[in-house]
Amino acid sequence: MNTYYFDYASTTPVDSLVVDKMKECLSVDGAFGNSGSRSHVFGWKAEELVEEARVNVANLINCDPREIIWTSGATESDNLAIKGAAYFYSDKGKHIITSKIEHKAVLDVCRQLESESYEVTYLEPNNDGIITPESVEAALREDTVLVSLMHINNEIGVINDIEAIGKIVKQNGSIFHVDAAQSAGKIPIDIENLEVDLMSFSAHKIYGPKGIGALYIRRKPRVRLQPLFHGGGQERGIRAGTLPTHQIVGMGEAFKLAKEKMSEDFKNLSKYRDILWNGLKDMEEVYINGAIDNTFPGIFNMSFNFVEGESLIMALKNIAVSSGSACTSASLEPSYVLRALGRKDELAHSSIRFSFGRFTKEQEVKQTVELVKDSVNKLREISPLWEMYQDGVDLDKIEWA
Amino acid sequence: MAYSQKVVDKFEQTLKNPKEASVGRWKPGDKDFHRVGTGIVGAPACGDVMKLQIKCENIDGTNKIVDAKFKTYGCGSAIASSGELIDMLKGKTLEEAQNISNQEIVDILELPAIKIHCSVLAEEAIHRAIDDFKSRRNND
Repeated sequence: MNTYYFDYASTTPVDSLVVDKMKECLSVDGAFGNSGSRSHVFGWKAEELVEEARVNVANLINCDPREIIWTSGATESDNLAIKGAAYFYSDKGKHIITSKIEHKAVLDVCRQLESESYEVTYLEPNNDGIITPESVEAALREDTVLVSLMHINNEIGVINDIEAIGKIVKQNGSIFHVDAAQSAGKIPIDIENLEVDLMSFSAHKIYGPKGIGALYIRRKPRVRLQPLFHGGGQERGIRAGTLPTHQIVGMGEAFKLAKEKMSEDFKNLSKYRDILWNGLKDMEEVYINGAIDNTFPGIFNMSFNFVEGESLIMALKNIAVSSGSACTSASLEPSYVLRALGRKDELAHSSIRFSFGRFTKEQEVKQTVELVKDSVNKLREISPLWEMYQDGVDLDKIEWA
Repeated sequence: MAYSQKVVDKFEQTLKNPKEASVGRWKPGDKDFHRVGTGIVGAPACGDVMKLQIKCENIDGTNKIVDAKFKTYGCGSAIASSGELIDMLKGKTLEEAQNISNQEIVDILELPAIKIHCSVLAEEAIHRAIDDFKSRRNND
């Protein structure tokens, strides 16, 4: 049996159409020039390709290409957006709002700013994992300089209502940053209808290469950022560094393809998610982490009670998935995202994230249903917790040593 | 983190043929249950629970472990560690079993540093099971 890849939320393979375009920007007979070279045709050619890619990225979210800045990935975009805005507007206030279930690329930046005398409010999601506009409204203060929230959560796939949240943030005069690493190219984003000032993108989550991302920075009204990198003045001084033509061209092509294939991709992902859930929902003690509604179907997070996640992943050796179990992390802590949803620790330990993508096949998902059932049943056979549950013991009442 | 082939093999054997790997239980009412000691260690919230049972017989005046069974909720190395412990226990006197150290399991399974607690859990499980057996015998 081949190994099936269901970890698209972690990263995706580069589409072969993207690879072809990237190859044209590397060798001596290709567009290898430095887009910053203004004095010869090699530079001009590279610049042309970079700008074409910028248009492709802008088209996906319906913004002006001049509002797109290249970065090394969503982590850098998050850093640049949050630190850049917090530093530039520090005289307006030093309060930041984010949530407990953001990606570490946002949480760690906020922690850093806390050590620099900023104050951060970490919003709790509701039980489905959604950050409600009401909770944002309640946390806003006069000195709130920035609100940073993700569009689609990477672990559970829930979608935040950034349109509604944006309106509330704008009324308060704060800057609104959205991490769209998991949503760009997967669900429609129209910047014209959103009161978003800054938005982070990654190429490798949507069939582009790793090591390249972008940041949307609103021009009207203009949002200013203090740069993190200083140097040759590229990207209008906001992000210095020679532009990696092949990476940028790859991202542009990936975003162009995403726009073309979005509705088809979405339809397929919904089908796969339904096959999986319909195949497994009748098992005992199976839980969805997040919600089935209002969730991106490409990410589906479930817990199989009384079975530890890492052991399930080991049992499913021909299926590549990830787990919120502590045992798969270096920290030995179960997923902070699932804990923030109010999930009991044991359910966080028992969680598995399936994430499907463009190259997933229906047959793979159908086969996976059977493999998961079989593995969960086998692991429950050797689980003392399952035994106690079958005996009618209330596990919450036991004093564990 | 990659496991050694030994952990993977032990884990897979246990899943494939649980009975042969000594997965199971003795429960109250079973014949000889009074000769069984049970140790349960760990907690669901921590991601590991190990239940170990030993069955002892008095042979020439000393209690020997003649059989053992386990059930484990936990990561692959916790399940492999339990299985490995079971293999070590059979035929040992209680005193010998008491002296098994977690390091032996670490060495056999080549456990990575971050998984050493799995072997510690196994060592605690045998101590609990022995204590339980002894307390039962006093009650006989």
